[in-house]
Amino acid sequence: MSKLIVSPSPHVHSGDSVSKNMYGVLIALVPALLASLYFFGVGALIVSMVAVVSCVVFEYLIQRFILKYKTTVSDGSAILTGLLLAFNLPSNLPVWIIIIGSLVAIGVGKLSFGGLGNNLFNPALVGRVFLLISFPVQMTSWPVPLGFDTAYIDAQTGATALAMMKNHFGTLPSTSDMLFGQMGGSLGEVSGIALLIGFAFLLFRKIISWHIPVSIFVTVAVMTGLMHWANPQEYASPIAHLFTGGLMLGAIFMATDYVTSPMSKKGMIIFGVGIGVITVCIRVFAAFPEGVSFAILIMNAFTPLINKYVKPKRYGEVIKK
Amino acid sequence: MKTFKLGGIHPSENKFSAKQAIKTAPIPAQAVIMLGQCLGAPSTPLVAKGDEVKVGTLLAKPSGFVSTSVHASVSGKVLKIEDVVDASGYKRAAIVIDVAGDEWEPSIDRSPAIVKEITATKEEIIAKVAEFGIVGLGGATFPTHIKLTPPPGKIAEVLLINAVECEPYLTSDHQLMLEKGEEILVGVRLLMKAIGVSKAIIGIENNKPDAIELLSRIAQQYSEIEICPLKVQYPQGGEKQLIDATIGRQVPSGTLPIEVGAVVQNVGTAFAVYEAVQKNKPLFERIITVTGKSVKKPANLLARIGTPLSELIDFCGGLPDDTGKVIGGGPMMGKALTTLSVPMTKGSSGLLIMPSLEAERGKMNNCIRCAKCVSVCPMGLEPFLLMSLSEQEIADWATAEQQHIMDCVECGSCSYTCPSNRPLLDYIRLGKNKVGGIIRSRK
Repeated sequence: MSKLIVSPSPHVHSGDSVSKNMYGVLIALVPALLASLYFFGVGALIVSMVAVVSCVVFEYLIQRFILKYKTTVSDGSAILTGLLLAFNLPSNLPVWIIIIGSLVAIGVGKLSFGGLGNNLFNPALVGRVFLLISFPVQMTSWPVPLGFDTAYIDAQTGATALAMMKNHFGTLPSTSDMLFGQMGGSLGEVSGIALLIGFAFLLFRKIISWHIPVSIFVTVAVMTGLMHWANPQEYASPIAHLFTGGLMLGAIFMATDYVTSPMSKKGMIIFGVGIGVITVCIRVFAAFPEGVSFAILIMNAFTPLINKYVKPKRYGEVIKK
Repeated sequence: MKTFKLGGIHPSENKFSAKQAIKTAPIPAQAVIMLGQCLGAPSTPLVAKGDEVKVGTLLAKPSGFVSTSVHASVSGKVLKIEDVVDASGYKRAAIVIDVAGDEWEPSIDRSPAIVKEITATKEEIIAKVAEFGIVGLGGATFPTHIKLTPPPGKIAEVLLINAVECEPYLTSDHQLMLEKGEEILVGVRLLMKAIGVSKAIIGIENNKPDAIELLSRIAQQYSEIEICPLKVQYPQGGEKQLIDATIGRQVPSGTLPIEVGAVVQNVGTAFAVYEAVQKNKPLFERIITVTGKSVKKPANLLARIGTPLSELIDFCGGLPDDTGKVIGGGPMMGKALTTLSVPMTKGSSGLLIMPSLEAERGKMNNCIRCAKCVSVCPMGLEPFLLMSLSEQEIADWATAEQQHIMDCVECGSCSYTCPSNRPLLDYIRLGKNKVGGIIRSRK
């Protein structure tokens, strides 16, 4: 022994790290990724690969050559942003559009704010909404899930369940198809069951807490349930709302993004309820059939305000009995 | 299973020295007895160079209200009074005694008999506890006699005995309970009599089932003493957390446990009170755990106050080659020592030797706002916010105060849990220091 290390307590650490959390979320996304390959075939693979690789490459290039600091690609957050972006895209999206989306997600959504931890909005959703507004046609042509026969180029496309619900046409997928994912939609969002398996994993590994997803589910179920109960012809059932569109994906994986969601449990519940209310309002009353992405981004903007005014319950706050 | 309501973590327990019978450490050739042996002011020396002392001779008297008596732990001759480096890393005054033999003051009852019958009055108990320099042995070293005299207007309802030992690695309280159960319960009854309560609860973490079972059996003869097993969760042994876990009350911010009718004493303190009152023995030795992953013979030692810690390490097989850090106390709240010549004090509950691989902190990253520090904080604070208020160039002490920075108990759960390795508690300590100064300057 030569010299003693001296530092203030605590002298032990949990061993938790940023990358462990990021890779943990990636593992939780694997069931949904497999489901997307099963339903959308090679297109899902191409879109996912392009988004992940271009997000990582853009993060590296921007940090290395424009911002000129040591790159953080190894922490896994760029891979996660890429995969989440891909999950929010149709499986037949042209490669060049995916690359533009990745650049916006990483460059504008993440690094322009100062990198991981400082971004105000969920980077993958920033990229996704940018593409939705810029390329509305390509972004809303949904391949019909034909398994491995689903083509990447010139895929047969159809409407999503949400569009049918909104505009009262077509035959909605059966409940079991909705649960397992046999329906049109963004490649990672279709299989509710696969996403819920990921949710269970995230809870088990204590990567996220239940508060945000559950408060979104409950809010959406209660609101759409009341509407459906009042007028079943006009309004779809809560099950249809919960298991179609990006609700599961958004609630479990996008709204729970550490950086852009509130810190206190109470704040998380307010955040989740807000996302639920806005989602239902957009789906039922606004022009778009789907509103999860917008709802999350809007609530992201409220996060600093929620953090400022909603504080955790303190010890000793309750006066003695 | 009872536990506290907010936050908490579960670090690896690593209790290597568990169930190791208490061994008596050798008496050092030279004892270095710090004059500051309690949380308050250092004591005033009563001896001078050349004086002969016996084991138990009064060396120094209290210098103020929060101060304590210090007794010789060895017999021999006072060599000098000089400044030596203590566990805090600063140089402070100490009495150095050259040891000769092991002659005890004749007033001390050295017989092994357990004296169960309590004859002392309330006042006599408190006087004895003050006279014999008993301080809180959990590590905080607050003079015990002050805690036994609640301020006017406050009424104690229950005595809580802290036998949680939630710090990883440490086992001294556990072993003390296994070997001195009868004596501890007599000490508990003495404490109850001193504060005038008719109920005592001993909180023990559930990872010590043998101690829970043994004390429960002994406690059958005393209906007023209850043993309360507690969930294994850090910081279960924090004073405020223990009160919440055992009696379901929370101490309001900025007040003392007596506000909710509780007086909390460590189990080691109860034993020291027993020895002081029933055996006429001043506090000059205690149980200390010497442990670590590479330590050859992890042990629970009965060692004299003033023994250089290096000698205890030698007794346990010597300093391992891979040593990176030596900690006085446990890994969560202990202090890293700057030198091994630091002498043992009344607050020395453990000595933890950490391999260098574990001793260094990980690389710090950006805060990713995962809120894990918020969810583990047992006081319901927002560590990330308190750190950023203290860290920013123009620190915002006013907001830090509003955000209850002074409520922090410095348990370290936030820094322990942070995936970005942020030194949350370091900055919160800095903030507490500044805000505490601002609050004092207002008075």
